[in-house]
Amino acid sequence: MEHSPPPFFKRGPAPLVRLFFFASLSLALLVLDARFRYAEGLRGVLALAAYPLQRAATAPIDFLRVVGDYFSTQGQLFEDNATLRAKNLALSQAAQRFETAEAEAAQLRRLIGAAEKLEVKSTPAEILYSGRDPYAHKIFINLGERQGVKPGSPVADEAGVVGQVTRVHPLVSEVTLITDQDHVVPVQVVRNGLRAIAFGGGASGMLELRFTAGNAEIQNGDRLVTSGIDGVYPPGLPVATVVRIERDTENSFARVICRPAAGVDRGRFVLVLSDETARPPRPEEAQSSKERRSEKARRARAKEKEG
Amino acid sequence: MALGGKSEHILRPARVSTVAASFAIALLLNFLPWKDLRLVPDFVALVLTFWCVRQPRLVGLGVAWGVGLLVDAGNGVLLGQHALAYSLLAFISIWLSRRILWFGPFLQAGHVALILAATQTLVLVVRIVAGDAFPGWAIYVGPLAGALLWPMVSWLLVLPQRRLEREQTI
Repeated sequence: MEHSPPPFFKRGPAPLVRLFFFASLSLALLVLDARFRYAEGLRGVLALAAYPLQRAATAPIDFLRVVGDYFSTQGQLFEDNATLRAKNLALSQAAQRFETAEAEAAQLRRLIGAAEKLEVKSTPAEILYSGRDPYAHKIFINLGERQGVKPGSPVADEAGVVGQVTRVHPLVSEVTLITDQDHVVPVQVVRNGLRAIAFGGGASGMLELRFTAGNAEIQNGDRLVTSGIDGVYPPGLPVATVVRIERDTENSFARVICRPAAGVDRGRFVLVLSDETARPPRPEEAQSSKERRSEKARRARAKEKEG
Repeated sequence: MALGGKSEHILRPARVSTVAASFAIALLLNFLPWKDLRLVPDFVALVLTFWCVRQPRLVGLGVAWGVGLLVDAGNGVLLGQHALAYSLLAFISIWLSRRILWFGPFLQAGHVALILAATQTLVLVVRIVAGDAFPGWAIYVGPLAGALLWPMVSWLLVLPQRRLEREQTI
């Protein structure tokens, strides 16, 4: 049994060796991608290779949708028209009120010398498909680097914040939804201005306000909007409504559950907001501990010389 | 045995174009906008298992790793998670290939269910180590559904190799 096979039966390295080789290669890639995000270039190339297949996969559904739209009945159109007209009336009234309020606010702002706030530019985008990862809550939209989407841009629909662009490919972009476990939005309660932080609830499809004091003044039905202090989301966009509050005497924090305002898992169109407001630059970070230590040493040496 | 009569046919060697086309179709099926991804079988894994069992010299760990990377990038998940899982899948499939082909389609499906479940478990472990939450036991429905599709998939994929053989007998 000791003799080796003749050379023409050689099949390269043994399968187990190959498994170790490819497994270690994968693990290295995983660490590079998850911890350092070094693999973005490779990901971009591969995503571009997969793009035609993705488009082909969504094409029949788009076609069916177009056919369905074409044959939508006249009655449906009449009904839609009536509801839209009623809504238009209500909205135009609201818009008038909004215009006066905005004019008033602009005047007041000028009065106190605050920086004139620039309008947020918004680009409509279509949702291509929802995330292909059961472990995360993401969607893909049909705008990419070519159309000027930048990573970090907030994404909203007509009802409120949907999420944030986290990865930009040449033709598509990946949007992490606000319900994703790793997503965080700084919010503010409309009623009293209380600031809080909304974390994604993962599979539940809800948001959770963490680190809210047990005696914080918050109640069911409170509406939450973005506070804008993070520099990512423009202030005042609706985020969620509080649906449940659990105050526990054992914990110093209350458990506040909120339902997202936007159709996070519904709808076909979203707006990509690009907030180009001129913000003052962030103040420099506090000195790192290393620098501080060296400075301390320098000071001590100076003192010794004086002494 | 149900497959006994069929497997006695001498099949033509698989062409590279057939393999490439089957992977393209499997990727297309994977990229369809499914409602709940946890309940949908991983078609690429299924096709990969088939080729690793039938043609271990043509499709091996290298192909598995490359296809895995493509799936990772296309799905926008952690780069390398499917590459790792598919490498393991290819290894087990090649290791068990002689044994699996001995059985009828339904016992083969049982083996495939175990292989697919092992792959899914590896992905699960990777994601939990990377800091994601457990998405529920429903993720094991996909591998089981894939195993149920195995008899049909293996029949379909053997078809291009068999048709010409029939013409030859005529």
